[in-house]
Amino acid sequence: AAAVAVVDGSTDTLDGQGDTDVMAGDDTAAPMGKIGLGRPALPEEVAAWNHDILPDGTGLPDGEGDVWTGEEVFADNCAVCHGDFAEGVDNWPKLAGGMNTLNREDPLKTVGSYWPYLSTAFDYVRRSMPFGAAQTMSDDDVYAIVAYILFSNDLVDEDFVLSKDTFFDVEMPNADGFIIDDRAETELGLFSAEPCMENCKESVEITMRAAVLDVTPDHGGDDEAAAEEAPAETEMAAAESTPADEAPVVQAAAEEAAPVATEEPAAEETAAVDPALVADGEKVFKKCKACHQVGEDAKNKVGPILNGIVGRAAGTGDDFKYSNAMIEAGEGGLVWNDETLAGYLEAPKKYIKGNKMSFAGLKKADDIAAITAYLKAHP
Amino acid sequence: GPDPLITEMQDWASSTGAGVDATPYGMPIQFESDVVRRNVEWLTADTISSINFTPIHALDGTITPQGCAFERHHSGAIELRKEDYRLMINGLVDQELVFTYNDLERFPRENRVYFCECAANTGMEWAGAQLNGAQFTHGMIHNMEYSGVSLRTLLNEAGVKPEGKWVYVEGADASSNGRSIPLEKALDDCLVAFKANGEALRMEHGYPTRLVVPGWEGNMWVKWLRRIEVTEVAVESREETSKYTDTLANGISRKWTWEMDAKSVVTSPSPQAPIKHGPGPLVITGLAWSGRGAITGVDVTLDGGKNWQKARLAAPGQSKALTRFYLDIEWNGEEMFLQSRARDETGYVQPTKNQLREVRGLNSIYHNNGIQTWWVKANGEAENVEIS
Repeated sequence: AAAVAVVDGSTDTLDGQGDTDVMAGDDTAAPMGKIGLGRPALPEEVAAWNHDILPDGTGLPDGEGDVWTGEEVFADNCAVCHGDFAEGVDNWPKLAGGMNTLNREDPLKTVGSYWPYLSTAFDYVRRSMPFGAAQTMSDDDVYAIVAYILFSNDLVDEDFVLSKDTFFDVEMPNADGFIIDDRAETELGLFSAEPCMENCKESVEITMRAAVLDVTPDHGGDDEAAAEEAPAETEMAAAESTPADEAPVVQAAAEEAAPVATEEPAAEETAAVDPALVADGEKVFKKCKACHQVGEDAKNKVGPILNGIVGRAAGTGDDFKYSNAMIEAGEGGLVWNDETLAGYLEAPKKYIKGNKMSFAGLKKADDIAAITAYLKAHP
Repeated sequence: GPDPLITEMQDWASSTGAGVDATPYGMPIQFESDVVRRNVEWLTADTISSINFTPIHALDGTITPQGCAFERHHSGAIELRKEDYRLMINGLVDQELVFTYNDLERFPRENRVYFCECAANTGMEWAGAQLNGAQFTHGMIHNMEYSGVSLRTLLNEAGVKPEGKWVYVEGADASSNGRSIPLEKALDDCLVAFKANGEALRMEHGYPTRLVVPGWEGNMWVKWLRRIEVTEVAVESREETSKYTDTLANGISRKWTWEMDAKSVVTSPSPQAPIKHGPGPLVITGLAWSGRGAITGVDVTLDGGKNWQKARLAAPGQSKALTRFYLDIEWNGEEMFLQSRARDETGYVQPTKNQLREVRGLNSIYHNNGIQTWWVKANGEAENVEIS
């Protein structure tokens, strides 16, 4: 039987239970009494949640996908962040390239150059991607995407079809690039010598300064000056004059920042908009937040700002790089209203073919109505 | 002359203050509004998959309030009601089980204080001094008192089969973040926690439950914990292969580098906490911790490591929890090169950054526990520097 040491590192002596418990998994030991809580997990429940795929392929689903299908699916679902060629956009991860860079300065770690197991790529894409619409893709599409990522890394030919059967035809270049933590051998002894306490060195010179780099947030900007000086100012105010004067200012600022977003524009713009529906829409909008912002401080992110979207022609928001498909739709007369938004949000890919929003769509009409109300509340 | 704060009648000493109903759940007083988590925008593409930093420069003691304890999300913090919460144990067990939140509250409970440090804490400092503030260099850490059920108790309820060697733990959020943990650790000191510092976990810390993996890198402390699978081998998920692995100079990478080595930092004075009072009595303070046990001592140097003196521990070190240290000095107003150096119960002594670089090179990213230097100038301001 596996003898498992119980190491209770804590120093308290009041541990009423635990330390003397017999380990589960040790057949020979008298088992700790079961408490009898919980219920059996049903097979379909385990199947619904147990998606992990092991390095030996255990857990791989049926299905298949080829490189060219993968290119299309990737363009629709992944390219907005990872680039058309898996090269990465902005700070989003690069998925291709970087071969033979791991021992150089600034290695480029991609699926091709770094990941030791292909199972990890399949598992991750299927379970966690696309960002903001995880677990919405078919297994065939996941196979296709992974095939395309492999192709982008020059690891398979253009006619490659990925499936359970071909999974282990792929050689991952860095499969042998890992060792299990060896700090016990390489570091712990080295760093356990009795340290010097007196006259340990003759001179001390500065070799690098963070201020020279100047990449610390809130440094140099106006925001920062205010933030940094705030404590000092408050101290001064408290010490010198009447803090009562300060309070209303702070309160006013707080009120200004608070509930305006949901109430005021809704009431003002379209009297017909139901506040409860707007509130529902705010919840549904969480699905959109990965890419879109609304409200006072909204910025264009992966997707455009959605303030004032209702009533506007498609593809005309400021300073956002829309797909040609979206721009053409707007030029063709598409204006966002209840009807067009409903059509688009139900099936974005079908409604405007070739647009780059990587969102599968909202299935429920209620959700679409709610989100439309929410967007109307942000004129 | 006489201090008007004393000699003149102040408003607060005459009129009345806030009533007991003013704030049913209180926030810090407005004068502390700068003591907040902060983000480094250039680090990540999007705040939804990002990290922020605990304002350790402005805190004291050892317990981190939940409201300013650093957050790390992979697909954003989710709102998951207790009523909608389910925890599944599956895989190599005698009986696969589902627990509700209420079930968890009926198991015997433990209370423990542990630090949680992101493996990437101080990671931006490998190539040299970069971020100018303890919050940014060392703020991917928090320390809370957790109440919850030991993972051992839950696994026992399902009955681990002899071939089970690992548990794979997974969250309920869209990133479905999963890590493999050796069964020995799972049966040792891991907790399924639902309270922190006495109150329910905050949303951003995994409400209603998170896993606590004492002393090990924060990525393993899965939030919104929904599934524990007993397996024979490690799953080798993205978070234990492509991330949270440490690439050495020769291009070979260490994996399964779970323990957080002994580390410390002076939190004040520091770049965000300059000395404002001039020469005279000065409290130097900081934090020390080790994922391998209790802190047994902290040394502090004022001259960049020429001479060291033992700092005073505010309380004896607790295993895998933050330890607060103090050094009370009479500052002569001259510039200082402040460093702290922690020692843990295994005899390990916190190395310098250069000692680490000699072993690992510059591409390691994670697990930078090297000694930090603050250059405190004669005017009391401090800067993050590296020294010879």
